[in-house]
Amino acid sequence: MLNIQDIRKDFPILSREVNGKPLVYFDNAATSQTPQQVIDAITSYYSGYNANIHRGVHTLSQEATDLYEQSRQKIQAHFNAKFSHEIILTSGATDSINLVANGFSSLLKKGDEIIVSALEHHSNIVPWQMLCERTGSVLKVIPMNADGELVMDEFDNLLSKNTKLVFVNHISNALGTINPIEYIIEKAHAVGAAVLIDGAQACPHVKPDVQALDVDFYVASAHKMCGPTGVGMLYGKEAWLNKLPPYQGGGEMIAEVTFEKTTYADLPHKFEAGTPNIAGGIVFGTAIDYMNAIGFDNIAVYEHELLEYATEKLTAIEGLKIYGTSKHKTSVISFNLDHIHPYDVGTILDKLGIAVRTGHHCAQPIMDFYRIPGTVRASFAFYNTKQEIDALVEGVKKAKMMLS
Amino acid sequence: MTIKDIQDEIIDEFSMFDDWEERYQYMIDLGKDLPLIEEQYKTERNIIKGCQSKVWVHAEMQDNNVVFTADSDAIITKGIIAILIRTFSNQHPKDIIDADTDFIDQIGLKEHLSPTRANGLVSMVKQLKMYAIAYQTQLN
Repeated sequence: MLNIQDIRKDFPILSREVNGKPLVYFDNAATSQTPQQVIDAITSYYSGYNANIHRGVHTLSQEATDLYEQSRQKIQAHFNAKFSHEIILTSGATDSINLVANGFSSLLKKGDEIIVSALEHHSNIVPWQMLCERTGSVLKVIPMNADGELVMDEFDNLLSKNTKLVFVNHISNALGTINPIEYIIEKAHAVGAAVLIDGAQACPHVKPDVQALDVDFYVASAHKMCGPTGVGMLYGKEAWLNKLPPYQGGGEMIAEVTFEKTTYADLPHKFEAGTPNIAGGIVFGTAIDYMNAIGFDNIAVYEHELLEYATEKLTAIEGLKIYGTSKHKTSVISFNLDHIHPYDVGTILDKLGIAVRTGHHCAQPIMDFYRIPGTVRASFAFYNTKQEIDALVEGVKKAKMMLS
Repeated sequence: MTIKDIQDEIIDEFSMFDDWEERYQYMIDLGKDLPLIEEQYKTERNIIKGCQSKVWVHAEMQDNNVVFTADSDAIITKGIIAILIRTFSNQHPKDIIDADTDFIDQIGLKEHLSPTRANGLVSMVKQLKMYAIAYQTQLN
């Protein structure tokens, strides 16, 4: 059992007020809040260790390098990667996806097929569209059903010997659906396709084991898992990462440079050109330690309780419709009130100190499927409470009253 | 009435309210009363793309004044539009160009005209002024 009141004390922002009301933060799927331990680690880095990493002979540089590489090992252990050099530190999940998409430009040819899902975030659609434009390959889409689940029969039909890549999110950001990635990976591998799983929404809730999944690429962002913004990771199987060409040229990523030819550094540095987000990279490890100390099993149990409680309370409001009703979902509730624009609901909730997200959640194809302009999305984290859900429910009732 | 007179009148109306709820309720009611833009003008060309709510604006010249009609799919956005239209519509283009929107701050709705707000209203004010500039050019 988690002691939520104690946990909340770790997050200074949770005690502030917004518009004269106690903040209720339900926009966790956009970014999570930051515990004092992580904030302290940022301060500690800049107060005691700030130096450019790798190659410096002076003590500070070596200490900073050690901290950075230790963090990479923590991330490796967390995701159960086989080697630490299979963890590439990037600026976030979007950057990681672009790195892979860019790398595949030279591996794909006309007529090759790429499969994405109807539940993707724009960041997992646009890079592949761009890749298709560059290579003449074709983008295919796994459709969704009314519950917001992917239709696996259709996926089976889309697979062929032309399928070279499959890209699916682990958990949908707009609806919270947990996708059957084990099945997708197995089927894709059976036709020889590589699989990238976008774990940006999953990593705050579950602890993925990339070896057990046998996934080729897995991406995540630190800021959704209690870490800082501007840092994330790409896991790639060693063989794939060796096959992909470098993403960006610059310092750090080279072995030897002459004007005739440059040879590239070994993994992971081949993909880490220039001075990285050193503080972010180090503190990513601190955030992972923090979440593991809370425990992902505990998080899952408690967040499920919040989800069930909120679903029951919100469903009781007449005229409220929830989008994304899969049995397999995380603590995300996307909803609308009859004949009321989500923007209006979000505005009233904000006046009450309640932070939700409104709009298409960078997943316009999902909104088009339901023929709606967007939804109100409340997403819960382990530091949220049932009392806060009560405040949301009262807020939605008030919004309904004012806006009807 | 001049734009300034209308703005003072609106400030006066809003001064009766004690809290945000009353202000918002009034604004929502204004939005409901907004004379709708004619369907034929709700075109893709007349859309001002904000991040979330759609806003349509149509302008035409009548007796040397610019007449605006507008609509939005979000009611709070519509309320603010109603206030802006009441201020700017049926005014001489030059007066529209010279007018400011500081009164929005005084009626406690400043957040809606902040450039970071994802509702398209800042673009809408710009668009109203652009129409005024275009018509002013015609008059010269």
